Amino acid sequence: MPNKTFFWFFLPTGLAMILFIGLPIISTGIQSFYAQHDQVVKEVKKCDPFGCTVSIVVDNEETSKIREAKPLGKFNGFGTYTDRNHLAVDEIKKFWNETESFSAFVDQVTNLPFYKALIFTLTYCLFVTPNVLLLGFIIALSLNAVARKIRGPLIFGTILPMIVTPLVGSLVLFWMIDSQGIIGANIQNLMNDPYLSLKSSKTLTWITIIIYGIWHHSPFAFVVFYAALQTVPQEPVEAAIIDGASRFQRIKHIVLPHIYPVVTFVALISLMDNFRVFEPIIGFSAEGSAQSLSWLIYDNLVNEEVILFGSAAATSMMTIIGIAILLAPVLIRTWKEFKTAR
Amino acid sequence: MRKIIVTLLFLLFGTSAFADCNIKSGSINILANDFPALRTFVETSKQCKGSADFKVTHSSEHNKIAVPALTANPSEFSARIAANSSIVPLMNQDLIRPLDDLVKKYGKGIQDSQLITIDGKVMAVAFMANTQHLYYREDVLKDLGIAIPKTYEEVVAASEKIRASGKMQYPYAAAYKAGWNLAEEFVNMFIGHGGEFFKAGSAQPNINNAKGVATLNMLKKLSELSNPDYLTHDSEAIKVEWESGNVALMTLWASRSGTLLDDEGDPNITKATKLTGPATVGGGNIPAATLWWDGFTLAKNRPDADAEATFRALAHAASNKKMVADAADQAVWLVEGFVPGPKSIGVIEAVKMGAKPYPMLPQMGLMHGALGSEIVEFLQGKESAEQALKDVEAAYISKAKEQGFL
Repeated sequence: MPNKTFFWFFLPTGLAMILFIGLPIISTGIQSFYAQHDQVVKEVKKCDPFGCTVSIVVDNEETSKIREAKPLGKFNGFGTYTDRNHLAVDEIKKFWNETESFSAFVDQVTNLPFYKALIFTLTYCLFVTPNVLLLGFIIALSLNAVARKIRGPLIFGTILPMIVTPLVGSLVLFWMIDSQGIIGANIQNLMNDPYLSLKSSKTLTWITIIIYGIWHHSPFAFVVFYAALQTVPQEPVEAAIIDGASRFQRIKHIVLPHIYPVVTFVALISLMDNFRVFEPIIGFSAEGSAQSLSWLIYDNLVNEEVILFGSAAATSMMTIIGIAILLAPVLIRTWKEFKTAR
Repeated sequence: MRKIIVTLLFLLFGTSAFADCNIKSGSINILANDFPALRTFVETSKQCKGSADFKVTHSSEHNKIAVPALTANPSEFSARIAANSSIVPLMNQDLIRPLDDLVKKYGKGIQDSQLITIDGKVMAVAFMANTQHLYYREDVLKDLGIAIPKTYEEVVAASEKIRASGKMQYPYAAAYKAGWNLAEEFVNMFIGHGGEFFKAGSAQPNINNAKGVATLNMLKKLSELSNPDYLTHDSEAIKVEWESGNVALMTLWASRSGTLLDDEGDPNITKATKLTGPATVGGGNIPAATLWWDGFTLAKNRPDADAEATFRALAHAASNKKMVADAADQAVWLVEGFVPGPKSIGVIEAVKMGAKPYPMLPQMGLMHGALGSEIVEFLQGKESAEQALKDVEAAYISKAKEQGFL
């Protein structure tokens, strides 16, 4: 396609991307450098059905004057990024100086909200992504081998986890692992421990969410791999069979190299998705044991009666940077391959 | 035949015609939490809508919608049913209007005690009171010879006895779901210990002290007597636990007593379900509970005509003797003519015992949010009480700095 044609072809998409993705990100970035103005409070008498007290309220007249002069708020620079609820620079310095052993230092750092969330998010990515790739590939291979007649219904059944809304899927599992649910009660019986609860133990909650993540994301990998498998040329496979190659050898030397670009693609998408893990935490009511970066943003925006725009914006920006870092190796590799191919 | 139809029509519309407050114009759109008493209240106000538009959104996620929806100009809702805590963000952002003129003009039946005045201006009209108090299973306590607990120490002792008897494995329940619910339990228990959340006259936190530690230790003791999934249980979940007969002692909202004592569910459990006042803790004499009011507020960013129509409709309900008589068991109404029934014992006892209202402070929401996430690890046994309280204070301070309170 000539460059000019491509330009006109891409223009509408590009404009939409700038409008709906680019500008909001820029606005979020700007927001993250601002904090609220200092609150002007005054003492007033408050009366309700239970009696009167003297207490404080925000002085709206004064506040609105300040707000009109500077609607964005008070410039805070990287203040929000470095405070305790985000990168916690000062706290980490303090811990480093105060703690005696390295493990005590790690304990202290992982107790900070941002690092707690980061660790869960990374653990989730690390376990879910490879397993999704593996499971998706195995399912695709097996389905590719079954008789054509039953393939249709089987494929439909396999992609069901992806069709089910994440929240509904996690809720169903949530009820099953309840200490009185079918899985929860049976595990209690099996382990002979009436106090065992999948929901109250941090480790078990993490495992549950990771298993749910694999279950939910595998169909996507499967669909892409299955499509790619249809393009594997039959001649080399047949030649390999004649040469006496085993099934494993055929997959390793012919099928995998052929669908390799697709594997990269699925890995990329899957990493991006998993880094933003959010719904299962809500679905499993797992806020107590597992917090992800996306959940932190959500918490800042809705969980407080006072909305923390600056905090949410800072976490959003760091999530974007996090995804960029995570994807960098894969992207660099793709770029190099693209160059050598030319 | 025609006569019968006319009579029927008259009967059908007669009641609503009677309630019509002659509202000619304006549009009414209400945002409210979702529980039976509020539904009754809104339905009652609807009877009087006249020719005004009438819309209502009942949602348990009302807190998340309120500020953005009322910030818009014109705002989505003309009225918001709020409580002591949820009126604060509306006040902080200057989103609700003073009601003095409207009360003077249309608020004939509203009692003075219903008016929430801040700095001399009426900002809300309360219509019901709420609190969290104890529920107990009379049959279970009687069988084991346990007296009705008056303090949380007695609740712990009673629960241990019930567990030892083998009757129930997890005899106690309270809404300990991580987040808002758990923080609310901390607030109750801390107030019961005589704690103050902030240093006098400032927004500096004041919970990392002996009272805070005692509060956490009591919460932990109670959590150990609850279903191990307690960190995921909200009010609805423990209500279900109660109705399944798994629980003998419970701390729950008074506004939920109606659904516990209705005809649904096992009649034996319903019959044995009894209410009593909130418990005290640590030898204190004020209950470990907070008093709440629910009332209506009107959006500022809405034309005066809408505000007037909305006020008239809601004031009709907030002074409706028929409603409080018909729905006497749904809530403790603050409306004139309310005769407290057996389901109101909890709130009335709480008021008698001198329970404190939930602190209506501009920065309280931040403290509540910090509590909800930072004390979880202590309950899970992963952290000391002192460390948990230190974390709460640190999390609160960062948020309060960003919001300009410190």
